[in-house]
Amino acid sequence: MNRHFSWWIFAALALLAPAGFAADAPAAAPAPAATPTAEAQALAAKAFPTGKLRWAADVKSSAPFAFDDPAHPGQLVGFEYEIITGIAQILGVTPELNNVDWDGLIPGLKTGGKYDCVICGIEFSEERGREVDFSRPYYSSYEQLATRTEAPEVTSLDQLHGKRIGTLDQTGAFDLLKSAGIDPQTYDEEQNAYNDCARGRIDGVLLDFPIAMYYAKPNASLRFNGPPFGHISYVIAVKKGDAAIQAALNYGLQQLIDSGRLREILSRWNLWNPTIADSLGQPVAPAGPPTAYEDFLAQAGKEVTWGERFSRLWEWRATLFQAGFNTLVISIFSMALAVAVGFVLAVLRVFAARPFQILSMIYVEVVRGTPLLIQMLFIYYGLPNIGIRLTPWAAGILGLGLNYAAYEAENYRAGLLAVPRGQMEAARALGMSRRQSLRHVVVPQAFRLVLPPLTNDFISLLKDSSLVTMISIMDLTNAYQRMATTYYDYFGTGLAIAVIYLLIGLPFVRLARRLEHNLAVDTRPAGERPGFLPRRAKPNLTQPL
Amino acid sequence: MLVTSMDETSPPMIAVQGLQKSHGSTPVLRGVGFTVAAGELISVIGPSGCGKTTMLRCLNCLETPDSGHITIAGVTLERAPGTPLDANFESHAHDLRQQVGMVFQNFNLFAHKTTLENVMLAPVVVQGVAPEQARATAEKFLGKVGLGEEFHHRYPSQLSGGQQQRAAIARALALNPKVMLYDEPTSALDPEMIDEVLAVMRQLDAEGMTQVVVTHEMRFARDASDRVLYLEKGEIVEIAPPAEIFQNPRDERTRRFLRRFL
Repeated sequence: MNRHFSWWIFAALALLAPAGFAADAPAAAPAPAATPTAEAQALAAKAFPTGKLRWAADVKSSAPFAFDDPAHPGQLVGFEYEIITGIAQILGVTPELNNVDWDGLIPGLKTGGKYDCVICGIEFSEERGREVDFSRPYYSSYEQLATRTEAPEVTSLDQLHGKRIGTLDQTGAFDLLKSAGIDPQTYDEEQNAYNDCARGRIDGVLLDFPIAMYYAKPNASLRFNGPPFGHISYVIAVKKGDAAIQAALNYGLQQLIDSGRLREILSRWNLWNPTIADSLGQPVAPAGPPTAYEDFLAQAGKEVTWGERFSRLWEWRATLFQAGFNTLVISIFSMALAVAVGFVLAVLRVFAARPFQILSMIYVEVVRGTPLLIQMLFIYYGLPNIGIRLTPWAAGILGLGLNYAAYEAENYRAGLLAVPRGQMEAARALGMSRRQSLRHVVVPQAFRLVLPPLTNDFISLLKDSSLVTMISIMDLTNAYQRMATTYYDYFGTGLAIAVIYLLIGLPFVRLARRLEHNLAVDTRPAGERPGFLPRRAKPNLTQPL
Repeated sequence: MLVTSMDETSPPMIAVQGLQKSHGSTPVLRGVGFTVAAGELISVIGPSGCGKTTMLRCLNCLETPDSGHITIAGVTLERAPGTPLDANFESHAHDLRQQVGMVFQNFNLFAHKTTLENVMLAPVVVQGVAPEQARATAEKFLGKVGLGEEFHHRYPSQLSGGQQQRAAIARALALNPKVMLYDEPTSALDPEMIDEVLAVMRQLDAEGMTQVVVTHEMRFARDASDRVLYLEKGEIVEIAPPAEIFQNPRDERTRRFLRRFL
């Protein structure tokens, strides 16, 4: 307790240190590129035969772990980012980031194939240790309670009974609160928990010390309250039984510790504390001023004008373009799949033999009656259990496409039923087979009828494609979360992303209108042949009949 | 492809025996049998719900008979009472439809195709005729039913009822059928358009087409038919030349029915 107290004083002093003092400190730990030792090379060759260290993290809202540098969009910063790049450097391999949603990090690691390890504030726990293997800890600290400034002093968790306490799901803080008999309110983003606390929606937030340091400390209406609770160690997760990768990572970590670089990194990020000093057997005092922390505060606390908001957007243009492109491509492919499968389902339902009708009906009811998100997670994380491994793109397109197929099937069924029976009979009477009748007579007419709902569904799918962000595809929604949490600006960023969604959808609405018009024979003047999407043709009401 | 022989003994173009059909538990046809010679025009009359339309639809398998025997232009369909459909039924039905053209009460022109395309479609799709040739044939038959070039590129919704029905006849003729079936071809038409359709049918009769017409047009039945078939409650009551049916019906039921039209 005493030690912590003295450390706080030091941290406060460090904060007050003049900026010039830090001028010569490196901004992002560019340690000299030494050639890897023979031992490192041997370990790396076994662990990373491709020469790539594929690591995964959720970089949304992830200061100080690994997050987009607000000052330089597209550039990652963070103490974990520096640790993993440091390890990669020691091993002589290239780090490669997989940005995965928090909930998908461990399932994705267990599925395998995409990345070798997860470094994202994963806390050591026995329970989790049964699912994955861990490296040695690279950081130790405790849970820090934050409350509103005016809240009374808390000395033990027992005092929190009956209070509304927020935390993140799947964290040590969550388990700690549970074991103290408190039912916490869980959040996806730490920033939202602290905001709710500041606004009085909840009474306190219990989270890892580093998170509290970055999200609660700078907030004037919040304060650290109470002693350190519990003990947490951050570890790198690797796939169960992957001893080579584990050994290589441990070697790298040990080198970082022994050379003093870990202490240097943690000090710059204002995370060096007595707990970690103690566990590593190194001095309690930081190795230098917390320059990275100060940079972060300077960015986070900035009041921004609308002009600055726009220029930020402009700086993210490459990311936004890529994200918009991904959203569009996924939507188009999913829709194509939905149309094809939906069409087959509808034809089976309306025209096929009874058993096929029933199968089609069951498909529609099951798919329509279960949540899309569950289906997508099932396809991506569940199917590998029976040996079907899909890339995120394949899983996303399959999930969206097969889901929308159910809705399309009902659309087309309505369309097929709306074509008068006499059309089919006339075709059959002319000697056409069922298939020929469908192809040449019924389906073309049904298509005209289902075009408006089809357009509707495409626009709907375009927005539902935001769910692919859950299976680690960098789409517009993912970009939104990254940008919004980088600047803590859900408002301006939200408006911007909404506009992009709208802009992507509108051309398709226009296209569909043209097509509808083109296919609407009833209003077409006599003799006019369907060209490709004529600009506009007014119905000629004076034509002779 | 089966072709009828036109020898001296000239078998009937259409021969129907013991045709039975129920909709659910309601019997619609109770053992209908008749023959039609090549080139004959037969009018089928009878009160609503007597089974006229069902009988006609059985002749080209738009309805599957429960039992009976149908031979049209040498193609035979058979079904014994209580037996399932023959596995070859569909292929026989297909052969049969090649010989039979059908014209519907509501025309049933393909709404998304122009007049010309309506007539061209089946020859191209079913018979594999080259499009240019099908177009020439279509133009010929449209000309025959009096639809000149100005109508070729109109959609059905841009035609009058009479024009639509004539286009529908051209569409059926384009497959060169040996038999034409008409299901109340003028019932949906305004009075002034009825004659233009009937005229086409008279012309076909003059050219030797075998035709079966379900109709309420008693004047047409009387003036244009070779024989008239009176159907009531799923049974053939009388089949005789129009003069006999209209002036001297043998059966009381026929008399009662016709009284309403006189």
